[in-house]
Amino acid sequence: MGILEVKGVNKRFGGLLALDDVNLSVQQNTVHAIIGPNGAGKSTLLNCFIGKLVPDSGTVDFNNSSLLGLEPYQINQAGISRVFQTPEVFSELSILENVMIPAFAHRDGAFHLSPFKSLAKETTIREQAEKILQDVGLIDERHHTASAMSRGNKRRLEMAMCLVQKPKLLLLDEPTAGMARADTNNTIDLLKTINEAHEITFVVIEHDMHVVFSLADRISVLSQGHVIVEDHPSNIKGHPKVQEAYLGTTETQ
Amino acid sequence: MLKKLRTSDRALMVLFTVFVLATPLLMAPLGAGYPDLMQRFAIYGIFAIGFNILFGLTGYLSFGHAAFLGVGSYSALWMLKLLSINIVPAILFSVVVSGLFALLIGFISLRRSGIYFSILTLAFAQMSYNLAYSVLTPITNGETGLQLDLEDPRILDNASEGGQLASPSLFGLEMGDTAVVPFLGMDLQFNVGFYVSALVLIGMFYLSLRIFRSPFGMILRAVKSNQTRLNYTGFNSRPYTLTAFVISGMYAGLAGALLVCMDPLAGAERMQWTASGEVVLMTIMGGVGTLIGPVLGAGIIKYFENIFSRINDSVIQDWFSALPDGVADVLVAVVSPFLGSGWHISLGLIFMLVVIFLPGGLVEGAGRIMNLITRLTQARKTASHRSDDRPSDDDVSSEKSSPGSVNTRES
Repeated sequence: MGILEVKGVNKRFGGLLALDDVNLSVQQNTVHAIIGPNGAGKSTLLNCFIGKLVPDSGTVDFNNSSLLGLEPYQINQAGISRVFQTPEVFSELSILENVMIPAFAHRDGAFHLSPFKSLAKETTIREQAEKILQDVGLIDERHHTASAMSRGNKRRLEMAMCLVQKPKLLLLDEPTAGMARADTNNTIDLLKTINEAHEITFVVIEHDMHVVFSLADRISVLSQGHVIVEDHPSNIKGHPKVQEAYLGTTETQ
Repeated sequence: MLKKLRTSDRALMVLFTVFVLATPLLMAPLGAGYPDLMQRFAIYGIFAIGFNILFGLTGYLSFGHAAFLGVGSYSALWMLKLLSINIVPAILFSVVVSGLFALLIGFISLRRSGIYFSILTLAFAQMSYNLAYSVLTPITNGETGLQLDLEDPRILDNASEGGQLASPSLFGLEMGDTAVVPFLGMDLQFNVGFYVSALVLIGMFYLSLRIFRSPFGMILRAVKSNQTRLNYTGFNSRPYTLTAFVISGMYAGLAGALLVCMDPLAGAERMQWTASGEVVLMTIMGGVGTLIGPVLGAGIIKYFENIFSRINDSVIQDWFSALPDGVADVLVAVVSPFLGSGWHISLGLIFMLVVIFLPGGLVEGAGRIMNLITRLTQARKTASHRSDDRPSDDDVSSEKSSPGSVNTRES
């Protein structure tokens, strides 16, 4: 049994069958990439994992319990964190506060009322946050507001916000979208270190094949809402079905 | 950094307390040192502080907070009528009632955000206002307004005086009592009601400071910044916003109760939408999301309402009486529309100026002036160092921790 089991998931938007009987099994402590051409249904599938969409039929199980019908915060509390395609941070708050907030959610749960506690006395939470910021290399600017950060640094901050919660599963939606090559390589290194150091399972949705092949232990190829191949990276590149999905049918056969 | 913040908070608290307690002395030269107006400063300060906990921290703009003010007033007055003329049970009861009322309205209104939330709260407040005039007249006494009566049962302390209306008191200290002390040609008026309100204001300011500096306050700021992200971060944001709504509703109820304790009369017009709009103006004018701003805004608006509105044409003519007749007439004609019954025009102009040039309110203005001063003194310091040619370590560290620069980053 994998940590995330997806069985027979269908999702229809009007006349479009966005997900057509999708099956997926993500094994613990692996990096599982989901690739596919534009419109293949990758983001729809991810949205079914995080509670933004509910599939028409099928099951999504995480650690043997269903995720269907849960609110986003409940899914997070179950141990699934998500990095957004365009970095989403609390722009008006300081970088340190950005990381302390998820740390509070992890320690105190979805609602914990303490209006008269002093934030300054929460030293454990602050130390946790500072340690993670050290890991991702943002410790020196921790008192700056997040709005002034570069896109690459916002991505780092988002990673820190996820890591401080010690998630079991981390969902990454195009973690290098719109990045320069140097930033992309930095992000790959960062993800590799995190994966090895923290024993977190990754599900990565990505366009950039360079990223996919340098990170993934296993790849599922999605085309027109259907998983056409699931295999090791070495077997994916030359696979005829994958080439067909990306390049169209070759007529010279 | 965080330790420094704590000490600066303590300094703020001490300064605030001193200023509030010294109001009779500070306001006398401005012509505002009489009990009725000073009580209003303190009470509307409480109202605005509470409103700012909702609007300043979470960004939810309620347009119906006057409803809680009204509910607080009515419940306090009923306590004064039924239980005792002592203001303590009245205040406690009205805070509880307005809290429950806020729980109900907040539970429904907070299902929507942005403009829809504002409209929902506005609708609820107007509903309460109209109900007070129609169906609920047995409770609210309709247009006449609810007031104390000789036939009030007052279970706890009815036996006392005969034939005279009692006035609200705190264990025997009557709210209307005033000690007049002559000082430098002015009459300073130290009023019991004002000092009761002032002490409550100081307590409520401290409470709001604690909320601002708590993890709860940080999460409320995160709601304002990016609520969707907060939900994906594992927080259920709804109960947080509801708690903030109830707290600010209780502040409003407390303010309403104090209004009744100072002047035992409660009318429905206290719940009208203009009253809800007024607290929005106060908060924005002073500085949304700042600690001291709402109190400043409340003070300024109440000052305008009571002082500027009293300057009539004859007073203005007195100002210019030394000038030649023709010039004086022209000046009076130019100035008079902005004063007296036209005081709303000057208030509106000032409000526009603040919003356009100081979006952070008067607190931002004060911060800019502070910044300018520190920059000027620093420039002078470096200039003197250059002639001295050996900068000492002390000055470098004091430059880093100059209070002005820390404050601007905080606000």
